Amino acid sequence: MGESAARAELLAPARANTSLWRHARHVLAENPVTAGSFALFLLLVLCALFGAWIVPYDPLASDTVHALKPPSAAHWFGTDQLGRDILSRVVVATRLDMGIAISSVALVFVLGGLAGVAAGYFGGWTDRIVGRVADTIMAFPLFVLAMGIVAALGNSVGNIILATAIVNFPLYARIARAEAAVRRDAGYVQAARLTGNGEGRILLFTILPNILPIMAVQMSLTMGYAILNAAGLSFVGLGIRPPTPEWGIMVAEGAGTIVSGEWWVALFPGAALMLAVFCFNLLGDGLRDIVDPQRRT
Amino acid sequence: MLRTTFWRLGTAVPSVVGVIIVTFLLTRVLPGDPAIYFAGPVASAQAIADIRRQLGLDQPLWAQFLRYVGDLVHGNLGISLNTGQPVLAEIATRLPASAELTLCGLLLAVAIAVPLGVLAALRQDSWIDHLCRVVTTAGVSLPVFFTGLLAVYVFYYVLGWAPAPLGRLDSFLSEPPRATGFFLIDALLARDGEVFFAALGQLVLPALTLAVFALAPLARITRAAMLTALASEFVRTARAAGLGARTVVFTYAFRNALLPLLTTIGMVFSFLLGANVLVEKVFAWPGIGSYAVEALIASDFAPVQGFVLTMAILYILLNLLIDLLYGLVDPRMRAA
Repeated sequence: MGESAARAELLAPARANTSLWRHARHVLAENPVTAGSFALFLLLVLCALFGAWIVPYDPLASDTVHALKPPSAAHWFGTDQLGRDILSRVVVATRLDMGIAISSVALVFVLGGLAGVAAGYFGGWTDRIVGRVADTIMAFPLFVLAMGIVAALGNSVGNIILATAIVNFPLYARIARAEAAVRRDAGYVQAARLTGNGEGRILLFTILPNILPIMAVQMSLTMGYAILNAAGLSFVGLGIRPPTPEWGIMVAEGAGTIVSGEWWVALFPGAALMLAVFCFNLLGDGLRDIVDPQRRT
Repeated sequence: MLRTTFWRLGTAVPSVVGVIIVTFLLTRVLPGDPAIYFAGPVASAQAIADIRRQLGLDQPLWAQFLRYVGDLVHGNLGISLNTGQPVLAEIATRLPASAELTLCGLLLAVAIAVPLGVLAALRQDSWIDHLCRVVTTAGVSLPVFFTGLLAVYVFYYVLGWAPAPLGRLDSFLSEPPRATGFFLIDALLARDGEVFFAALGQLVLPALTLAVFALAPLARITRAAMLTALASEFVRTARAAGLGARTVVFTYAFRNALLPLLTTIGMVFSFLLGANVLVEKVFAWPGIGSYAVEALIASDFAPVQGFVLTMAILYILLNLLIDLLYGLVDPRMRAA
């Protein structure tokens, strides 16, 4: 049926660009939620790129006279314990939170993708080693492992990125492995082999481009998790340090005041975090409908 | 059955070995000097040198690893610099608090998610199906520490229904005599109604927070598995043979949907054990998660290492348990 045809199209080398676009337009038109999440994504990107210039206040400037004021016309999201404008802090934090998520997802995409493709294509020892590494990581509760890694390597943004990438490694390696194993003896791979391409070349230029769409879906789905993971780490006091504006830290700062009724300090950064994760999850589901309709639930 | 049990125990061994190697490496292949991490931020050069000799850091890596494994076998996870207590003893006293919270959260999640998923599958595109979809999408997007804080604000500050989010029991009540370490069970054993309801009151919000978090994947998989089972040929045959709706749904479809559900529970545990740390911080819950967080803030590495190892071993054991349950639920797995 239509679904299996789309799947077959995936297994063929990437050429049917026009029909993919038509399919994408069809899915977007049918599913306004996906279109909405694209819009939200654009808003997040704009905040990340230009946030520092459009915010009304300096996110680090404290103003103790106006500390802990509820939302008002001057401060739309209110002010925190030090009188800093929460709206400005929430907007400026977008760049750091998105930056961490994107870097870690890009890192695991390269590491996990390459390891998985090699494991699926070569099999044998490569497969066994990659499989064992992935199994060992999966034996840990993932957030706990991330905590351990950041605690051991030291409190820095770089280590948060690394830890988030490591805990996502098994997922990427497994998907890349499965997709590469399916294509190992596909007709176009055999053709590439017959025309004298080396194994490394086939891996990088024939197999990898063909599994990119499926990996891209995975990237979007794990972006949400990466944001939650990074925010969770900074919520418990790992990685990013105050006074840097970051959603997880800001929620942690609001945790002390929420029991005395100042809800806005924690609510707005928490809501931003939630919206960002929500956006990437919806986007991932939408992309999956476009790329891999069989897995639709 | 016994042979399969042993075989499954065998499959857990490589995971345990891997986990021990990783927790060992976490402290040894650090940039900088592990002795400084163990000594803490205020140690003198002499203290660092002593600790280096004590920890055997002047020996080759394999010798250090053997020593680490030897310590583990003797139940020695090191000493916390923060409290001066052995890490194993502190983890053992705090573990029941975390276990009680996590298990209650999971039970609550299963109790809500399974009926929701089953009903959503039975009445596709009805309001309950839409509710199921909203719950599953929202559940995976909510940061668990944020849900916890919102719950505290609404149920403690605004409505005043819940007690202050400060630990397992009101400070003017004394703990029930320790039998299991689970306050609910201990209070029941001691026939102390007041303590039971006080402990229950403290437990409801954090457990609910964890449940909201664990609900989404469980409801989603229950719905999907029920849909698959209901569309299968054996259900069609059962219906055609004139069996009652109840028999078809519960005996035929639901029993088959249990298998993917069990697999997902194993995965949910991985998230729950991590989320537990965040929830414990929000509710000042005296479990091993907040123990690790306190140690992290003080740069006290031995408890963190012990915590990571304990959590990983627990998770492996839980997965083992789920594998064994698999054998009970699915007769085909017993022969494997």
